[in-house]
Amino acid sequence: MTALLEAEGLARHYQVRKGSRLFSRPATLRAVDGVSFTLQPGRTLGLVGESGCGKTTTAKLVLGLLPLSAGEIRLQGETLPKAGSTRWRELRRTMQMVYQDPLAALDRRIAVGRQVMEPLAIHTIGTPAERRDKALAILESVGLQAHHFARYPHELSGGQRQRIVLARALILSPRLLVCDEPISALDVSIQAQVVNLLLALQAKMGLAYLFISHDLRMVRQVSHEVAVMYLGRIVEQGDPDRLFAAPAHPYTRALVSAIPVATRKGRQRLILKGDPPNPIDVPSGCAFHERCPIAVARCRAETPLLRPMADGRHVACHLAA
Amino acid sequence: MSTAVTGANPIQRARRARFLEAWPLLTLVALAWIALMLVIAIGADWLAPYHFSALDLRARLLPPVGFGGTWRHALGTDELGRDVLSRLIVSIRLSLLIAFFGTLIAATLGTAMGFVAAHFRGKTEWLILMMIDFQASVPFLIVALAVLAFFGNSLVLFVVLMGLNSWERYARIARGLTISANEQGYASAIRQLGASSLRVYGIHVLPNIASTLIVSMTITFPETILLESGLSFLGLGVQPPLSSLGNMVGYGREYLTRASWILLFPSAVIILTTLSISIIGDWLRDRLDPTLR
Repeated sequence: MTALLEAEGLARHYQVRKGSRLFSRPATLRAVDGVSFTLQPGRTLGLVGESGCGKTTTAKLVLGLLPLSAGEIRLQGETLPKAGSTRWRELRRTMQMVYQDPLAALDRRIAVGRQVMEPLAIHTIGTPAERRDKALAILESVGLQAHHFARYPHELSGGQRQRIVLARALILSPRLLVCDEPISALDVSIQAQVVNLLLALQAKMGLAYLFISHDLRMVRQVSHEVAVMYLGRIVEQGDPDRLFAAPAHPYTRALVSAIPVATRKGRQRLILKGDPPNPIDVPSGCAFHERCPIAVARCRAETPLLRPMADGRHVACHLAA
Repeated sequence: MSTAVTGANPIQRARRARFLEAWPLLTLVALAWIALMLVIAIGADWLAPYHFSALDLRARLLPPVGFGGTWRHALGTDELGRDVLSRLIVSIRLSLLIAFFGTLIAATLGTAMGFVAAHFRGKTEWLILMMIDFQASVPFLIVALAVLAFFGNSLVLFVVLMGLNSWERYARIARGLTISANEQGYASAIRQLGASSLRVYGIHVLPNIASTLIVSMTITFPETILLESGLSFLGLGVQPPLSSLGNMVGYGREYLTRASWILLFPSAVIILTTLSISIIGDWLRDRLDPTLR
């Protein structure tokens, strides 16, 4: 079976100026630096990490919304063409995106029904009547009713808006949905509804998700595989249950210990020292060594590569066994 | 009066209140005035009691009705015995025409430039921004004087010149709003769906920024009228025998002490029209936003 999505050594670098002085020297910001993963049809890859670690940039790279600095993306074995090209436009029918802020992602001057139909109009599929029928069917499958069709985005609740964004993404029957923090702007009760909807849609339509979130419990619930990112690199990747039960990378350990639980008995909260380093000055060796509680001299000198563990996980740490 | 209001059916009263909320009284008055101006502009040939350049040397400087004049010349006559009412009607048509097309040219050109700058960024944007800054830093009256002095005066040239007056404002607004729309939110979402730039700008970005553009149109429209009036007043705008509001004010100035009506009527029309357009612009801004409805 060919993988639906293969990402190989994705990198996105930005040329920036260091400091605010007039004659500051140029520097390279490595937003994403060598990220690789594969995603099979109907599966979910969860991408977790703190703010600024390159999750959203990875999502945009995967969709071809940002040009790659290095690496390659293959969708069903085909290299992703340049953004804006005809083939890229056609591939939009295979891959779609769900946004963090549904109100921002919707045009507030257009009734939501028309926005749901819009992808069909863009790709000139069907007659207006057919588009309307299809939009109504999709609205129903995301749990909305026909009377929502003529509403405007500001008249809907946050959860309903996210359903509209989902409906718009689904109307082209894509095979891959990139969800960029799809639930973090929603209330907790609505979050569960939307996640359940995503799971139901996956079961029904065989969708693959690239699910980006910083909510580790949600990621654990929806993902078949989890990748933990730190400063533009994947530091640990593997089965969610094993990864969360026994994190191998010290960064994952700190992340997992930050998941709120009802009783703190027998659990130690690891609090990391300091802030994530500036992505312009990534520390030499392991990017995490300055904050790592178990760093040794080797971590300062040598960059750890992602290597397989005995249980099938991949970890980028010299000390993981 | 008060008994009639309190005695009215409460449902009717509520309906009237809702109507007045959607259509405030001031806006209704402004709309009525603009409608009147449009009717006058369209029907100028039938409404004017005399030909606007018809002389009547025996009836020079006649005062308007109420100041010792007769209904034969309701708004009086000027120094050559031309009927002020007829001249006013024809002037309204010409001034509105110039202001309308001038504003339209400015809005179209400016918005297009703004989109181009926001779409291509880089060198194109830099060039357009430089043109904007140049336009904004040179007093337009001087440019207009130079162009009219070099190329002579024709109505078409004059209208185009009026259009060039304020395009930079639209360009600035359109560029800024388009960049912010492109960076995040709906525009990038639509582009991600595979939409062409034409669709993104035409169907999504333009309607979203239209309310801002329309409101600035209602600001430039009066400005264009005033600029036209100013240039005509200086003798460089509309040339006799054609007559515009500013041109009437310009000629009427010489008779300010003896026959002030020649100047006062066109001045009043200028003030009321520009004020009405501004009021309507304010009201439109609220009406065009579906979230405020």
